[in-house]
Amino acid sequence: MSADRVAPRTERAFVTPEGVDLRLNIGDAGQRAGAFLLDAAIIVAVLVAFTLVVLFTGVGAVSAAGTAGAEMMAVIWLVVFFLLRNFYFTAFELSAAAATPGKRIMGLRVAARDGGRLKAESVFARNAMRELEVFLPMSVLFTRASEGGVDGWIYLLTFVWAAIFVFFPLFNRDRLRVGDLVGGTWVVRTPRRKLTRDMADESAGRMTTYAFTPPQVDAYGAKELHVLESVLRQGDRTSQRTVAERIMVKIGWTRAPYETDRDFLTAYYAALRGRLEQKLLMGVRRRDKHDV
Amino acid sequence: MSRLETGLLKSQRFRRAREDDWRRLERLMDKAEKGSLSKLTDEEILAVPTLYRSTLSALSVARETSLDQGLIDYLETLSARAYFFVYGSRSTLQDRLAAFFRTDWPAAVRGLWRETLVSGALMLLGALVAAWLVSAEPEWFYAFVPGELSGGRDPAASTETLRATLDGAHDANGLSVFAAFLFTHNAQIALLAFALGFALCLPTALLVLYNGATLGAFFTLFASRGLGVELGGWLLIHGVTELFAVVLAGAAGFRIGWSVAFPGQRRRLDAVMDAGRTAGVAMGGVVVMLLFAGLLEGFGRQLITDTALRYVVAAATAVLWGAYFYAPRRETVRVR
Repeated sequence: MSADRVAPRTERAFVTPEGVDLRLNIGDAGQRAGAFLLDAAIIVAVLVAFTLVVLFTGVGAVSAAGTAGAEMMAVIWLVVFFLLRNFYFTAFELSAAAATPGKRIMGLRVAARDGGRLKAESVFARNAMRELEVFLPMSVLFTRASEGGVDGWIYLLTFVWAAIFVFFPLFNRDRLRVGDLVGGTWVVRTPRRKLTRDMADESAGRMTTYAFTPPQVDAYGAKELHVLESVLRQGDRTSQRTVAERIMVKIGWTRAPYETDRDFLTAYYAALRGRLEQKLLMGVRRRDKHDV
Repeated sequence: MSRLETGLLKSQRFRRAREDDWRRLERLMDKAEKGSLSKLTDEEILAVPTLYRSTLSALSVARETSLDQGLIDYLETLSARAYFFVYGSRSTLQDRLAAFFRTDWPAAVRGLWRETLVSGALMLLGALVAAWLVSAEPEWFYAFVPGELSGGRDPAASTETLRATLDGAHDANGLSVFAAFLFTHNAQIALLAFALGFALCLPTALLVLYNGATLGAFFTLFASRGLGVELGGWLLIHGVTELFAVVLAGAAGFRIGWSVAFPGQRRRLDAVMDAGRTAGVAMGGVVVMLLFAGLLEGFGRQLITDTALRYVVAAATAVLWGAYFYAPRRETVRVR
């Protein structure tokens, strides 16, 4: 709603050129890490599958064309490995969805922080930085494993130094990694939502049965309306009963025997919303029941 | 309570009047996000901006007049999706590549001239220091050149062996593998030099210095056996391109590191972002240059064995890159 609404912690103002704030949510650390792990798994899986294919066709190629065949296979493997390692992210993020498969699964996409177009060089720069954030720390880890004789303190310092880049996103509010900083990008959530039913539609034709008096519809504010809306959407019987009884007590409604909880709630929802929206048109937004 | 009798709230009527447009926009977005732009017909592409603007204004109105939370959430996500489509990059790959090679890349490299000079000077410094050390005490060679890189070309080898390594006497088989390996290896180093720049320039400086030192050590070794000229041809035929690319990668890294450390009057984030864009373009070009260098090294060097001819190729590449990047050119202002 407007400024009085409590914004979720991940929400950021994002004003379009038309002057409307889209209120985007940034991807949190868990989603980012999840997306990255998915992508890494895809890369590794593709690489393993590709290596197997090259090995098998390589055997065929050698028998058909001798060393030239093997050579061809080696070149293809080297180039594919290089491209996958360095350009998997860049290529997908340059597409219309601006997201790698991992990001798409997590409902994320890359966007320019300034609200402008996402430029190719930004995407390139943000992904070239993975060298620092992923591959350098990885090689630090493996140095230890392979050599073992590295001086302990130097190793520790290098490790801490490399870890700074890995955990960089945790140290800032917008979860920017080094690449985002350099590319001028951030990663935002773009969930897909279906247009849900308008809960006021259900009450059509029931308004005459439930004629609430003005004081009765003035009992609550927008916050309670939204709670009521979600209770109706979920349609859970026990919570509907609890809520209906609470409201009846509050507004002093005596239940007729034929009234079900849901009928009452939908009717009250429509009446309350009508009342609050009427006030909205007059410029009065009633936040909750304490707001007079 | 006549309003209640009519049965419909204002916000319900508002929603009913526009719902079809929103659903249409949603369908178009589904289609566009799934595949490429080519899946949309011309008519549909023209419809998107109009639908986007009307959805956006509906969102503004709904926020101010409607208390249907489901509707507002829906409009917010739909507007965001459409926003990214409408303001997303629309140029084709072909246009982008053309712009990159025609203007963006040379402009970015020119913009990095200061860093390029520093980076080049560092490489030269590394080479000179290594040359001085190795000529004073040949044992230093092993400190600068790792074993797998030298491939037996070290002070212990005889002059004859050294000369043989410069001939390109490999059989022509295996050249393509060699070229591919060199390209991927060097590009990886260049990308590392670029990324390390973020850590306040120093690691990049070390990497460039080290690169120069390896070069200097090699050269001194061969020069001490009277093979300096031959080694020059052997190195420079691809080295002009490759070393220039490494220098540029270092320069791009320096630009980023410098703007992190000293953003000047601007906010650090903005300074880094600007630096990142210029450096990003230059780095895209560096990968292209290294591809050329890998081909020259893998094929050119092994197939062209005449030293004079190698120098000619080296000079040609130097002139080519120099002219491409730094030659004054007419401002291309094209109005379309």
